[in-house]
Amino acid sequence: MGRLRRALASDHVAGWAFIGPAFLLIGVFGILPIVWGLVLSFQKSDLIDPNTPFVGLTNYRALAHDHVLRIAAGHTLVYTGVFVPVSVIGALFVAVALNRKIHLIRFYRTAVFVPVVASTIATSIMFLWLFDAQYGLANWLLGKIGVGPFGFFDSPRGALYAIIAMTVWGWVGFDVIIYLAALQGIPHELVEAAEIDGASRWSIFRSITVPLLGPATLLLVVWSSINALQLFDEVYFVTHGGPPPYNTAVVVWWLFSLAFRLGAAGYAAAIAYVLFLAILVLTMVQFWLGNKVVHYSS
Amino acid sequence: MTMEAQADRIAWPEEAEVAERPRRRWLPFSPWHLVLFPLALIMLLPLVWMIVTSLETQAESLHFPPVLVPGSLHFGNYPSALRSAPFGRWFLNTFIVTSTVVVSNLLLCSLAGYAFARIRFFGRAATFMLLLATLMVPFQVVMIPTFLIVKKLGLFDSLPALIAPNLVSAFGIFMLRQFFRTLPVELEEAARIDGASRLGVLFKIVLPLSLPALATLAVIQFMWTWNDFLWPLIAVFSQRNFTLQLGLTVFQGSHDVFWPLVMAGNVMSMIPMLVLFFAAQRYFVRGIATTGLKG
Repeated sequence: MGRLRRALASDHVAGWAFIGPAFLLIGVFGILPIVWGLVLSFQKSDLIDPNTPFVGLTNYRALAHDHVLRIAAGHTLVYTGVFVPVSVIGALFVAVALNRKIHLIRFYRTAVFVPVVASTIATSIMFLWLFDAQYGLANWLLGKIGVGPFGFFDSPRGALYAIIAMTVWGWVGFDVIIYLAALQGIPHELVEAAEIDGASRWSIFRSITVPLLGPATLLLVVWSSINALQLFDEVYFVTHGGPPPYNTAVVVWWLFSLAFRLGAAGYAAAIAYVLFLAILVLTMVQFWLGNKVVHYSS
Repeated sequence: MTMEAQADRIAWPEEAEVAERPRRRWLPFSPWHLVLFPLALIMLLPLVWMIVTSLETQAESLHFPPVLVPGSLHFGNYPSALRSAPFGRWFLNTFIVTSTVVVSNLLLCSLAGYAFARIRFFGRAATFMLLLATLMVPFQVVMIPTFLIVKKLGLFDSLPALIAPNLVSAFGIFMLRQFFRTLPVELEEAARIDGASRLGVLFKIVLPLSLPALATLAVIQFMWTWNDFLWPLIAVFSQRNFTLQLGLTVFQGSHDVFWPLVMAGNVMSMIPMLVLFFAAQRYFVRGIATTGLKG
């Protein structure tokens, strides 16, 4: 009995010794900030003054009257609403095209995947130049097919769409990798049986491939939406959020500016928590709706 | 089927692939090339144009219609870019931060992941749930308090400020724990009976069997840290503490429209990432397919 107890005790000690360093670090840099962020959202803070008085719900009440936040939220929703379907549906077609054994397939796949490892800043620099209104290659190429010229990032209405085009370029390979993995899971027999029954390629794609990719699609829609709602780097770098009149302002850009440039960290923390809540609710709704539509095979 | 099982079956790059069915041929090659070739060109265009521009003169770059083939290759833009900004310093900073973070994650995530997978200890379920909960919280929620914590610890505007919050990731612990649980436990039990310590079992038996998972974690963590922008933007202030991603913003600003130099700098900032990508494509693909994370 004593031996058993000792063995148990040593397992407790070993377990905590093993997770100890990780747990301490995650406690300090993972859990503490989550709690502190909530506390901060009820305080007034400029990140410098150590005196941070509690202001109750003032920060949350201020959300309703924030003109810039309203613009930024609108842009974020437009961005998410366009970026998610374009990148996910685009990736679906690209993945199906890439899922075959033909010459140059390795080259094609690599070409689609490489942008995934380019940083947001490297990507932004490439597209600032490519989309330069005056000297950009894009305007020249588009001119060849009789389109444009466009102002791209300089255009008040078009800048957000230029950012969408750029981020789709950077993300689509990521979605394609997930779709390719899922496509490998589709049983050959199913496709062959349909072929024997004389089904066309398009009807096989619609009636077999797309439904069987349901779980992967749901995952990608949820994941891309979470990321789209957190758009920041590209907006900050390419257009600096579009200083007034805020052509490309998005929520995270505004909360960053409030916290680190405008001395309103408490209010920014409130925005961050509301954003968190919005992401959580959207994710749950997407899973709930998705699970009604998506068919899971065993 | 789980994503993980699917990922193991992914055809990348030379494993089983869907064979093209023999069809009536109206072209001497598969018609899919008509779709895929233009697509590949579009995907590569920004990268190729970056490289071409990095080899042009300023006059060539500011010419419309664009000069597609430079008169001569100005490799001198690269040393010029290095001289015109503390690029070497930023490179070194990024390298120090990234390598420290990767090594520390491999070690700490292995230890914690192993404990969560194999050791029954008091509070295991609760701490694991807490860990998973932190994964759900977006970075924007924690970035402001993390800034305050880093400041309180006296780390603001230093390389440790970039390193400390990233020494271990909940994601890495979770990923390795999932992998360790797929290994046969009998080997470990046998070693324990032979008198090996927990640490001995982990380092001599479990980790050698887990090299693919460790490689996947390493490349994903490398990519996150090397490419990270928002946290360095908050955590450091002086140019001597910049990472490459921050440096590129200055670099671009100070040269305004001197695109050949900006592009040379951009190419150099991407080289380590690209080398790693081509050396370890398989692990990138596995990392993304199993976990679905770009950063």
